Amino acid sequence: MMTTKYDSIIIGGGPAGLAAAIKAKELGLNVLLLENRDVLGGIPLQCLHPGFGLHYFKEDLTGTEFIYRFIDKFQKMGIEYFTNAHLTEIENISDTEKRIKVITSKGLQTFTAKTIIYATGARERHLYEIGVTGKRLPGIFTAGEAQTMMDVYGIMPGKEIVIVGSGDVGLIMARRFALEGATVKAVIELMPFPGGLTRNVVQCLDDFGIPLYLSHAVTRVEGDSTVEKVIISEVNERLEIKEGTEKEIKCDTVVVAAGLVPYIKILEKIGVVKDQATRGPIVNEYLETLIPGVFTAGNALVINDLVDHVVEQGELAAFGASEFVKNEGIPTRKWKRVFRGRNVRLLVPHYVSGENDVIIYARVSRPMNKVKVRFPEINKEVRLPVVKPAEMISIKLKKEEIQRAVDRITMEVLSNE
Amino acid sequence: MSNNEKRLMTCIVCPLGCELEVEIDENGNVVAVTGNTCPKGKDYAIQEVTAPKRVVMSVVYVKGSIFPTVSVKTNKPVLKSKIFDVMKEISNITLEAPVEIGQIIIKNVAGTDADIVTTRPAPKK
Amino acid sequence: METKKVVVIGAGVVGSAIARVLSKYQNLEVFLLEKNIDVGWGSSKANSAVIHPGHEDDPSKYPLRSKLCVRGNRLWHSWAEELDVPVKWPGELMLAFSERDVEKFQYYLDLAEKNGVPDVKIVYSDELRELEPNASPDAIAGLWAPTAGLIAPWDAVLGLVENAVDNGVKLFTETEVEDIVIENGIVKGVQTNRGFFEADIVINAAGLYADIISKKAGIDFDITPRRGEYYLLEEDVQPRVKRIVHQVPTEITKGVFISETVEGNILIGPSAENLPLDAKDDVSTTKKYLDYIWESAKRLLAKMPPKSSVIKTFAGLRAEPPSGRWIIEAYDNPKGFINAAGMRSPALTSSPAIAEYIVNELIKNKLGVKLVEKKDWNPYRKGIKKFKLLDDRKKEELIKENPKFGNVLCMCKEVTEAEIIEAIERMKKIGIKTISLDGIKFRTTSMFGWCQGSFCRVRIARVAANYLGMPEWKIFVKDNKSSYGVGYVKTFFKTSQGDGEV
Repeated sequence: MMTTKYDSIIIGGGPAGLAAAIKAKELGLNVLLLENRDVLGGIPLQCLHPGFGLHYFKEDLTGTEFIYRFIDKFQKMGIEYFTNAHLTEIENISDTEKRIKVITSKGLQTFTAKTIIYATGARERHLYEIGVTGKRLPGIFTAGEAQTMMDVYGIMPGKEIVIVGSGDVGLIMARRFALEGATVKAVIELMPFPGGLTRNVVQCLDDFGIPLYLSHAVTRVEGDSTVEKVIISEVNERLEIKEGTEKEIKCDTVVVAAGLVPYIKILEKIGVVKDQATRGPIVNEYLETLIPGVFTAGNALVINDLVDHVVEQGELAAFGASEFVKNEGIPTRKWKRVFRGRNVRLLVPHYVSGENDVIIYARVSRPMNKVKVRFPEINKEVRLPVVKPAEMISIKLKKEEIQRAVDRITMEVLSNE
Repeated sequence: MSNNEKRLMTCIVCPLGCELEVEIDENGNVVAVTGNTCPKGKDYAIQEVTAPKRVVMSVVYVKGSIFPTVSVKTNKPVLKSKIFDVMKEISNITLEAPVEIGQIIIKNVAGTDADIVTTRPAPKK
Repeated sequence: METKKVVVIGAGVVGSAIARVLSKYQNLEVFLLEKNIDVGWGSSKANSAVIHPGHEDDPSKYPLRSKLCVRGNRLWHSWAEELDVPVKWPGELMLAFSERDVEKFQYYLDLAEKNGVPDVKIVYSDELRELEPNASPDAIAGLWAPTAGLIAPWDAVLGLVENAVDNGVKLFTETEVEDIVIENGIVKGVQTNRGFFEADIVINAAGLYADIISKKAGIDFDITPRRGEYYLLEEDVQPRVKRIVHQVPTEITKGVFISETVEGNILIGPSAENLPLDAKDDVSTTKKYLDYIWESAKRLLAKMPPKSSVIKTFAGLRAEPPSGRWIIEAYDNPKGFINAAGMRSPALTSSPAIAEYIVNELIKNKLGVKLVEKKDWNPYRKGIKKFKLLDDRKKEELIKENPKFGNVLCMCKEVTEAEIIEAIERMKKIGIKTISLDGIKFRTTSMFGWCQGSFCRVRIARVAANYLGMPEWKIFVKDNKSSYGVGYVKTFFKTSQGDGEV
């Protein structure tokens, strides 16, 4: 077995990992990146739609175009990497030494590094997690699997489609199916409002005449040897099924777009503490987890809405790793905790110091128009025309502002009317 | 009383999603737009009523690469009514690897004046 | 010595165990018929996976169940080793929540003695908590049965069938019995969708369909599908259970069990619900029973694992005979016809003993067939080596030999490309015609983890399709009606070049 010591090992070759690797290399670190698929790029490789890079490149790119800018740059910089590398274990030997084990087609490999940037993305929630009963039939896919089938491997999953969940992923998949000539029978949404951007409701559903059922739940999937229909019911304000509102929709395919969960099993095994709201790790402003030297970024940290945020986080984690390497640990001694206030469903980072400007990424619980985002302890207020659960709010706190707080900062979203 | 048609639509220029009301006369001309917060909303409404356009994204088959497809898009928006003509035309072709990103593979697709360009490379296996 | 032809109908755990025992004899030619595309896909696939100790059946009411369960439990120790089937013996703890429950323990202690189940005893407070730290604080006592085990039931069937085929049994999948041919009160064979199979002995182990088969031989009874629903939780969830924990049984059901499967997942269930006679395939789950199971399980434990750790819910059907008595019989008319029907719990436990009983008591004694043992019968079968469970040195060796071991396709369960290919090869070797993704799943545990295949299924389909030389979309999922996709992605824009194919 080989043993090499790196400043930073980046786990995951999607947007967060590639951005982290490029930044870390630019900051002078000795870097290795590991990707478990056969190609670099991660999920954007199968995102044919535009809307990527509006912030980062000030251009409207498709997911594929966006990620290839990073892949090209990464490869030109000659950063060391493995594809088809499956991480089996991280061993936290000391604050400044991590050992990782990887399976590759060249054999088992062990690497050591001062820091790890964990950027493995998210896992999709599937049908059984959202309380749907009935049979486990062929013809049920997650949106991600359906997207990989169609847009990477060229396989059409089905002919008559019902999509569960109206987040952007669900809406975009509805359009992909419709464009390729399948019939999208319905998009079903539990909440009384669509989960995705208005622009996507218009361009993905209205353009193709696809019905959207708000305040509805899929309760059962039925069929003999493959999916034949789904049963849906209306739900009330408390999201409980309204009796007597059952309706069936015939279809041969169910595509589940019921949200994502950070995929951090291996981090949990080494004792990284999870935030119940984000379901990702608790982190400080360098995106360092509570285990020194282990950083995280992208959807492994928090489920993002825009790839631009993912990339930003990757770069921030790389900056954190570089500070860590320079100082043999993050030098901060005193942290201030950031708390969720009214209508804030989740936020990261959880700890700030006042030594850097910090972007707070947050999501609200319910939509609101004309709001003020307040941080009462530091007398900061930002006005926004609209907030929605589907959209991440990102607000920069200047270090001077953070310094005003004693030991805590609260973020709350209030009506401004 | 005018015979003008009033059409409701949601503006998609920004995340605000203004609810617009568009008044259209007998000749299909936009007479008035209300509900918009900014001038972009008005332009959007006029475009949507007179000649709505979309960028079309899809995949085409490719032989001899690691994956059997390469992703493509129209390099400018095409008339909504032409979307399926575009889809039909691209379903007819199969490329040979290697294919570069940004390569034009069909010019003036379905007579729309737009070209089909690749948005992902397909290197040789 | 005259050779006898034996047809076994149904390649579930009972039919496969029978086939294995029959394969020991040189004067038998054995045909194992299965209507599904693969083996073990009825009741054997979805059940509690428990190897019961045998102290819960009253021999005066259920003589065969009580006798064969204890024997089966013992036999599984050697069979599991011979067949390389994952098994473990954590013991079983029945919990009492009232004095009345404790009084019932005496009944089971008596049964344990009558049936010859060793070391069953009542445990209290400290001893109870030591055996099961996560037992509910409301549990005042427990009935401890240390001989209870857990098995991977589909692995058991695969082990049995592979071993039986290795010893000469011929497996015919996708073969549905249409008629039992009888002349002058003597069995002559079975008519199937794949032609006529001549037979001197026909053994009906058709599970839920055993009533239909038996009626064709003129022996009439009904099998009620009894549905049990389950939750499967992820591997690393906390808190866990050490033992097989369950409640005091009622008339209808043994109650809800909680256990850690041989794969390391937590399994909770089942419910027990009688379905109409014709609902022999209805493996739907229902909100009503899933909720009931969760609530029942909560009562048993000090702390339940979180519901967010559920990776799957599923249902299985058990073949319930009239009045709960197994129908394991050979008849004078039609002679040569043997039922192994109504194989409700504890049939999985008892299957080796049932097979022995059928061969010794029914075929040898009742039918008077003289059996001659093979000298070269091979009791051993090796399972697919699970790469994940090997030590690093062995892993290194394998990757060097075959780099496909270095390509992990299923991340959750760490299953490699080499294992996927071996699963396909094994399917072909026992004569399976339709290679399915479910067949691969049950042989390798790929697609069995947290993501339920959403990451890896497409990659596994691609590997399988390449190996089999067919398009990915045509790979079957569960049966030969359910392909993975409906065509290539352009299939709906049919063109002059055909089906939009590449």
